[in-house]
Amino acid sequence: MPEQLVFAMEVTLNGLMAGVLYALVALGFVLIYKASGIFNYAQGVMALFAAMTLVGIMNGQVPFSHLINAILGTEIHHFGWHLPGIVGIILTVAVMVLFAWMVQQFVMRHLVGQEPIILFMATIGLAYFLEGVSDLMWGSEIKKLDVGLPQGINLLIDETTFNIFGYGFFIDNLDIVATVIAALLVASLVIFSQYTKQGRAMRAVADDHQAALSVGISLNFIWVLVWSVAGFVALVAGIMWGTKSGVQFSLSLIALKALPVLMLGGFTSIPGAIVGGLIIGVGEKLFEFAIGPMVGGATENWFAYVLALLFLVFRPQGLFGEKIIERV
Amino acid sequence: MKSKLMTLALGAVMAAGPAMADLVFPSLSYRTGPYAAGGIPFADGYADYFTLLNERDGGIGGVKTRLLECETGYNTEKGVECYESTKGEGALIYQPLSTGITYQLIPKVTADNIPLHTMGYGRTSAKNGEVFSHVFNYPANYWDGASGVVNYLLEANGGDIKGKKISLVYHNSAYGKEPIRTLEELSKKHGFELVALPVDHPGQEQKSQWLQIRRDRPDYVVMWGWGVMNQVAIQEAANIRYPMENFIGVWWSGAEHDVLSAGDKANGYKAVTFHNVGRDFPVFDDIQKHVVDKGLAAGAGDQIGNVLYNRGMYAAMLAAEAAKTAQEIHGTADITPAMMRDGMEALVIDEAKMSALGMPNFGPSFNVSCENHGGPGLVGVTQWDASSKTWSLISDFKPTDGEVIGQLIAEDSGAYASENNIAPSCK
Repeated sequence: MPEQLVFAMEVTLNGLMAGVLYALVALGFVLIYKASGIFNYAQGVMALFAAMTLVGIMNGQVPFSHLINAILGTEIHHFGWHLPGIVGIILTVAVMVLFAWMVQQFVMRHLVGQEPIILFMATIGLAYFLEGVSDLMWGSEIKKLDVGLPQGINLLIDETTFNIFGYGFFIDNLDIVATVIAALLVASLVIFSQYTKQGRAMRAVADDHQAALSVGISLNFIWVLVWSVAGFVALVAGIMWGTKSGVQFSLSLIALKALPVLMLGGFTSIPGAIVGGLIIGVGEKLFEFAIGPMVGGATENWFAYVLALLFLVFRPQGLFGEKIIERV
Repeated sequence: MKSKLMTLALGAVMAAGPAMADLVFPSLSYRTGPYAAGGIPFADGYADYFTLLNERDGGIGGVKTRLLECETGYNTEKGVECYESTKGEGALIYQPLSTGITYQLIPKVTADNIPLHTMGYGRTSAKNGEVFSHVFNYPANYWDGASGVVNYLLEANGGDIKGKKISLVYHNSAYGKEPIRTLEELSKKHGFELVALPVDHPGQEQKSQWLQIRRDRPDYVVMWGWGVMNQVAIQEAANIRYPMENFIGVWWSGAEHDVLSAGDKANGYKAVTFHNVGRDFPVFDDIQKHVVDKGLAAGAGDQIGNVLYNRGMYAAMLAAEAAKTAQEIHGTADITPAMMRDGMEALVIDEAKMSALGMPNFGPSFNVSCENHGGPGLVGVTQWDASSKTWSLISDFKPTDGEVIGQLIAEDSGAYASENNIAPSCK
């Protein structure tokens, strides 16, 4: 087999894995948009906040310690514990549920019935607020996140592909774990929305929130639920990306990777987020591999957005989005 | 003797004169945003040194210093806003810690007669003081960094790197592209093959670049990164099992936070430097005693000895020494920005002075002149030890390729002079 074809296969596989990571971020956007029509600009910052909270809880860091020490003249920084990853994750989920309740109680509840652009602007404000609170609560330094996920080359794939092609493929163990977790997450979300009472209520609100209200579904509860689930998805994305690079401000910028995925897959479709992620992941990696060297490289972001733009022109609702029909 | 007499005279002038205003040192820092992890320790080191001077020495030449901190978020527009909003306070010198902000400030500071110091960053050809009258980039610049890397590789290979393949992983920005021209010239001179691999901002996703490195199997990888790009690159290098001892970064890719998240796998990674590392210097004892223990530290006081804290402190020390020189030249403690510029152009840093300041062997000795605003361009190499979590200087500060760099500086500064109708001169 030609060497370049073998390399292209390796790039494709890695593109698929990268696509899963993009899809993880896009999922959070889809959940909130689907249920409330809000494009949640704060989703990336939620991933940052969730990951910082997880590290802080695991390491026993005192939240707002710099502020407390500055005001009270104390010198407290740590509770003195180190918690296992699973305990940290459970407690962080609780924090994200509290965060969801606060968002609903103090922001979204007051904006019911407002134009989508107002709701979007509110999430921009929320993003900046959360960014500042994250820094104040946990500090700005880069934090190592270790919840026990494996990292590095998968030796089995390396050896197997070497035996077949004479060249061992590089696949990161972390990417394999991310793929499995994403698959489980999507399956759980589908089961939740199809087979549970709360899930069906969520879908009812997504379809028509006034009709849902008329049959006794609590909008407040459903939106808290949706923001909580989006917070959980943000935590998963934060763990995956944070394990790769350490937990730091740049995590909030992973939202930039989700936008073309959403444009491609549609803002209202969970399978669309996954398929969109995979297409963007594979497309950008193959484009960089084949065309990048001819034009000086660094084509990935450019390619993702150009592909998304093409979809906007020819299929504005995305691959799996609901077609927008407005009758006069 | 002459210096002592000047100091005595200065003291007498100050004792007899009216109360003077503070010496204002703006700090265009970034404690927020994607590059905060690097910006915070630098800003802390910068601030703590001036606090030390106030607390221990009563300021500089008897006049207290005042730090004006302004948050730029590493954003060029905000950096320019910070400059405009602080220059009226009598700002003596600007050190923006950003190449983007530097490029915007060069014409402004020249028009406003305020000096700009860009240590190890900014516009490299500003070394030519005949063209860039108000910009200084001593003791080393980007091209010195690139040449320092190549010199180190030459040394490691018995002076011959012909036929070797070197991949440059760089931040796809003006900053990241800075070393390419120099490395291209050096590749022609020494016969190595250069492969440039850009990484888009912020650098969170680098899979394509590292798959290519795995396919190409270069002999060495050089990194020109900043922010999250550094941590991800080191992690990806570890993932593909690239030998860390063959991976070397510029000084903006060689701090503790760049390597800590990769854990033990980062062991052996190297970075060039223009100053020493660690906290084994008397000046840090003074900072601990006069600043941290009094609760006056800019941060939590736990960054002392970290690479970027040391760099911020070193930048402040060079500014303070230039201010002292300006006071001596002009016979007044109450110096203006124009006087500060004169002080910077006449700055002499030698080992005796460094030892007296509590920084023996901390950085190279050098003299600044009108012709040379960039110092000697001496570059050392540091290496990370993951077990002790420390950087160590493994190669002393050595000269870079003045022939290649000098030619490039002459070309670039000449082009700037003709674009801006500047007649190069030393008056």
